[in-house]
Amino acid sequence: MGKTIAEKIFSSHSGKDARVGDIVICDVDFAIAQDGTAPLAIKAFDKMDKREVFNREKLAFFIDHSAPSPNKEVSSLHSLMRDFAKKQGLRLYDVGEGVCHQLVVEEGWVVAGDLVVGADSHTCTYGALNLFSTGVGSTDLASVMASGKLWFRVPQSIKVSFKGKLATGVYAKDLALYLVGKIGARGAVYECIEFSGETIQNLSIEARFTICNMAVEMGAKAGLMQRDERTKKWLGEHSRKNFQFVEPDKDAEYKKVLEYEVSRLVPQVARPHTVDNVVPIEETEGIPIQQAFLGTCTNGRLEDLRIAANILKNRSIHPEVRFIVAPASKRIYLEALKEGILKILIEAGAVLVTPGCGCCVGTHNGVPSRGENVISTANRNFKGRMGNPDAFIYLASPASVAASAVEGKITDPRRYLQ
Amino acid sequence: MKPAESKVKILQGKAHKFGHDINTDYIISGRYKFKTLDNKELARHLLEDIEPHFYSHLSPGDFIVAGENFGCGSSREQAPLAIKYAHIGAVLAKSFARIFYRNAINVGLPIIQTDTENIEQGDELVVDLVKGKVLIAKKNLSLTIEPFPSFILDIIEAGGLVEYFKKYGGWKKNSV
Ligand code: SF4
Repeated sequence: MGKTIAEKIFSSHSGKDARVGDIVICDVDFAIAQDGTAPLAIKAFDKMDKREVFNREKLAFFIDHSAPSPNKEVSSLHSLMRDFAKKQGLRLYDVGEGVCHQLVVEEGWVVAGDLVVGADSHTCTYGALNLFSTGVGSTDLASVMASGKLWFRVPQSIKVSFKGKLATGVYAKDLALYLVGKIGARGAVYECIEFSGETIQNLSIEARFTICNMAVEMGAKAGLMQRDERTKKWLGEHSRKNFQFVEPDKDAEYKKVLEYEVSRLVPQVARPHTVDNVVPIEETEGIPIQQAFLGTCTNGRLEDLRIAANILKNRSIHPEVRFIVAPASKRIYLEALKEGILKILIEAGAVLVTPGCGCCVGTHNGVPSRGENVISTANRNFKGRMGNPDAFIYLASPASVAASAVEGKITDPRRYLQ
Repeated sequence: MKPAESKVKILQGKAHKFGHDINTDYIISGRYKFKTLDNKELARHLLEDIEPHFYSHLSPGDFIVAGENFGCGSSREQAPLAIKYAHIGAVLAKSFARIFYRNAINVGLPIIQTDTENIEQGDELVVDLVKGKVLIAKKNLSLTIEPFPSFILDIIEAGGLVEYFKKYGGWKKNSV
């Protein structure tokens, strides 16, 4: 019997013939932690009686979740990270450099065929590059820092393939939300989702990140994609590492094969308070909003800002809406500046905040008030996610967020794209 | 699988029954999550939002028995830590959320996947981790569990991944 991409990656990294259900110890190619998880990992590492990390080229730290620091407790955790990184000679991306998941791919740290772990659940984002990446806990990460290895249970795979061309005003985010709505928040627990089909092939690599980013919202261990010419080109432009693509065998065994025809898909919205509470946008149109957020590891990339600017050009944000924009990285920030995108956004009434997680996780940069509705390009809308359990979060594409910010209520962006 | 010379191979205690989808917020509320340094204090608040005073009804070695998807939600390690420091012998469930499953093993909390349907509140259980059996003493009923691979038993036995690393200086050779 043939192997899936996941089985092949676990085989090559464990030196065994790894099959679904096997437990294997694997070499990890790259590992990360952010300011919410690194401090606990450092503490566990110190207790492991190791003086040095296994390989300083294969680890990086990121200060993005609460950056710049909003209080002295967080500041001391940041200092702990900086001191450790300095002592160990690790690359630390400090305040303002961007969201970990954008920097990992943008800086070329990971390539096709890799096995990557991160102490952050959205580590699954990088799977778009034909690699296996997954989120782990802080103690797991400490053991990788100490040894370069980690144990895994080889997951079953689900194959999801999309057919058809997305209509104008419909984006990768809508596709991801649609799928979460179909599969459900625990529809893929433990499993690896292998995405394929012509719809995916027509998407940019950036848009593919948006889809893999949300694999964890279906409970999946990872979401990954097959290679194509775009993957090859993108990797060549971003990384100097050698790599080898991984193809699934023709007779690989999947737990399920799901196929969707999406040429008639419309913009989607996830309503509070679960990501799988998804409906076509018309069912939410007219709901008033007080805050709009464009950013995050899901949708804070250049093409996302460009889509929003295209709608906001020569328009202004509704006077009762706060429109917060957090570019996912400094590089994106600079490119958006050069292209004139930021000028359009600011003139329309946007508030630019530090490249990083922005107000995604409620630590800073725009906590909504009691009873307020927020429309956001993020990946989670749990109760309390943005720092206030009495606020309501709707998830949508950058276009839907921009159009809604103009009208002060949830709005189908297609009206602005004729 | 090689026979394990396990110290934790037989566990005995009383069942405390819960339902499906017990999330990490129920296990230990976000209100306490920043008190990470004091695991004993966390333990006193174990599951209190769905069962007030749960901690005071526990005897050392008792089991938490649940349905599907135990431990879903965030990746916070405080959830298995709070259970462990409440001296729970093991958690038995039909299925576990993925990151909880890993974190539990890494902090040295035995977790057992088995069909918990026939276990009732208050049942006395004997769990044999090596043979892979759960015995419901009174009913003379035996349930099968997937035995842990010996290397995971090694982690649990050592008391978690940190202690395992101290004991073996890294991953034990030929452990899987
Ligand atoms: S942007 Fe949001 S989801 Fe992404 S890493 Fe930051 S906090 Fe997590």
